[in-house]
Amino acid sequence: MGSIIEKYIKAPVEAAPLAVFRIFFGLMMLFSIIRFWSYGWIDKLYIQPKFFFSYYGFDWVKPLGIYTYGIFFICGLATLFVALGYRYRISIVIFFLSFTYIELMDKTTYLNHYYFISILSFLMIFLPANTYFSIDAWKIKNKAFQYIPAWTVNSVKLLLGIVYFYAGLAKLNSDWLFRAMPLKIWLPSKFDIPFIGGLLGQEWLQYAFSWSGALYDLAIPFLLLVKRTRPYAFLLVITFHVLTRVLFPIGMFPYIMIVSALIFFDTDVHQRILNGVAKIFKIDVGRFRNNKEFKYLTPLRRKLVLGVISTFFLIQLTFPFRYLLYPGELFWTEEGYRFSWRVMLMEKTGYAQFKIVNGDTGRWFYVDNSDFLTPFQEKQMAFQPDFILEYAHFLKNHFEKDGHKNVQVYVDCKVSLNGRLSTEFIDPNIDLTSQKESFLHKNWITPFKDEIKGI
Amino acid sequence: MKKIFGIICILVIIGACSDDSIGEGEPNPSPGEGERFERSSMLVNWADNIIIPAYTEFSSDLATLKASLEAFQSDVNETNLIELRLSWIAAYTTWQHVAMFEIGPAESLGYQLNMNIYPTDSEKIESFIINDNYDLSLSSNRDAKGFPALDYLINGLGENDAAIVTRYNGTEKEALFAYLNSVVDDMVNLTDSVLSEWTGGYRDTFVANDGASATASVDRLVNDYIFYFEKYLRAGKMGIPLGVFSGSPLPQNVEAYYKGDISKTLFLEGLNAVQNFFNGKSFGSNENGESLATYLNKLNSVKNGEDLALLINEQFDLAREAVLGLSTFIGEIENNNPPTDMLLAYDEVQKVVPLLKVDMVSAMSISIDFVDADGD
Repeated sequence: MGSIIEKYIKAPVEAAPLAVFRIFFGLMMLFSIIRFWSYGWIDKLYIQPKFFFSYYGFDWVKPLGIYTYGIFFICGLATLFVALGYRYRISIVIFFLSFTYIELMDKTTYLNHYYFISILSFLMIFLPANTYFSIDAWKIKNKAFQYIPAWTVNSVKLLLGIVYFYAGLAKLNSDWLFRAMPLKIWLPSKFDIPFIGGLLGQEWLQYAFSWSGALYDLAIPFLLLVKRTRPYAFLLVITFHVLTRVLFPIGMFPYIMIVSALIFFDTDVHQRILNGVAKIFKIDVGRFRNNKEFKYLTPLRRKLVLGVISTFFLIQLTFPFRYLLYPGELFWTEEGYRFSWRVMLMEKTGYAQFKIVNGDTGRWFYVDNSDFLTPFQEKQMAFQPDFILEYAHFLKNHFEKDGHKNVQVYVDCKVSLNGRLSTEFIDPNIDLTSQKESFLHKNWITPFKDEIKGI
Repeated sequence: MKKIFGIICILVIIGACSDDSIGEGEPNPSPGEGERFERSSMLVNWADNIIIPAYTEFSSDLATLKASLEAFQSDVNETNLIELRLSWIAAYTTWQHVAMFEIGPAESLGYQLNMNIYPTDSEKIESFIINDNYDLSLSSNRDAKGFPALDYLINGLGENDAAIVTRYNGTEKEALFAYLNSVVDDMVNLTDSVLSEWTGGYRDTFVANDGASATASVDRLVNDYIFYFEKYLRAGKMGIPLGVFSGSPLPQNVEAYYKGDISKTLFLEGLNAVQNFFNGKSFGSNENGESLATYLNKLNSVKNGEDLALLINEQFDLAREAVLGLSTFIGEIENNNPPTDMLLAYDEVQKVVPLLKVDMVSAMSISIDFVDADGD
């Protein structure tokens, strides 16, 4: 035990892998922000909508109108500073805060990838990623270290491992494995993809993709850890992510994962990458190779950091299992679905028609959702109970401001999950305005009619 | 190591290029014909057996309408007015078969909005007749032209046919006919340009775009089709006049308000058109071709799910049955408070929406209101 702690936590290791990771992470994020901006998505997702869906407890986080561009600008600037390793600590803190703020503005845009970036950047606040091959280390002698404690590199590996492994665990369910859902729906529609398009309609291929996808996610962290399998594992990483990139609209994420997986390689690989970069920019790498070892200034500080990191990982390991505390089918109620690495598991579509009723007279009318929501918001709202509830309260406020009295809101909502026929999703006799958002089970969700076995 | 980086580069380039090629690809020679549905043969059936024949018929109906108008103008009497009205109803009926195809030339012209915005603005029409100074191509004048404007000009100018004929024979005769002709000519011109583009080259573009991206013909027309059903057929012809979105009935918002007794017939014609399209039934004949229904059946054979095409057809039939049992729409709305029977019929029409918008598109993996954003 003692030797394990010694080896994976305390032992000094070369700082190069973390430096490479910092540089690639910063550049990838910079590129993501530029891409997001250039597609006009800031305007479309955060400025155009009239209403934004908030995470429970974070309804104070809202887009700032035209100043929203400012948040993105600050966030983009921070990524550049992170990549350069210039004023690293404050830059990564700013990045974490601004990026997380952006993600909290509207949960319509929730993606596991964005959550991954948020928590990874949080982790990076506590890592000495600027002690090597950074402007900070170049300029300030006593901030430059060639060696850092092993845990700093290993914590990144651990986080990546959790993401993959948990994504694999989530695939161990009867829909994914025994019905090849939702791939059976998604793949045939990609028939026009070059080379493999014609095969995608074949049932055996849909099952093959499902099973190998699950196997890949479960095994890849270990294959990357073991030196002998590492090169093959990395080839797998590339193949898998490029394939998902070709088949599905998942933006930058595949590239981020491919680049992140580099951290599993030995120091000499990273040193070679840094040497290459140094050659291009005519940087003297020797200046960083000072043989010094990074140490925390005080034992208290060291304990504090280790405390934060351990708590962080304890939460990461347990949080995805919180769904066990809720009754009902997780895919249906989505109570505990987010922040758990459940990726591409569902083809879920909904339709929600809201009815505004005057509680005194019984007079009623239907809502045209497009009056308040963008098509994207309406689509996301229609199959997620917490969205439906928040929107119902918004409607009540809106129509009461308009002079309507004693407003009650009912919804006729139908949802289809993984190819099953659409069925009633929300109890149509429940006045949603009488329900409050909380972490408790929402008993007005109509129970799932089928059964999905598995984790 | 170098090798690995070489492979990364190649694969990343493949990945980076891939999304641009989607939607423009040639149809792949398929190794699994048995399991595959050919979207292109569905597109051919839609274009050649439904869309173009419907536009052709509609265009000839408008020519008849124009001829009836000329006959009425040269000899203003009640017989000719009735003749004109019949031509108007015939064209309005055929219109229900083309209104849903708001794609390509129709989309770029804003065809639907230029042909059939109601309620029409009778005051605006009257002021145009008096001032003789108007531009029907302006989008602000859409509520003063098309079928609803003709409805007012043919049915709404007097208490009865005699009164209407009297007005056409009165001092404003020239101005009235000038306006009537402008409205009909505008409809003829719009229709001819849509039809000529379809027969000219758009048909081939439409059929060739047989991929599966958000910009592919199938995805786009299915979106238009569902939008039409939801907004124009369900809400426009029934929901809005019923007051389901406003809380109180708006009988003046029925289609063909001044004629008064054909709103229901026009709705049923629209419902037939929508169901025929779903089943790939050729326009004007009983031939069935590849369609959304056969597509669903094909997908179903893989999925072992419920017979969705059958369920959708059954719901279409239930909706038709419920509406057939009603008296005229205006009658239902004005004579009942609340108009319970029509509300119940509306519910049956409404039930088609989730079947199309949730179950059908989900089975086909077609995204509704495609949003250009990243997924998980």
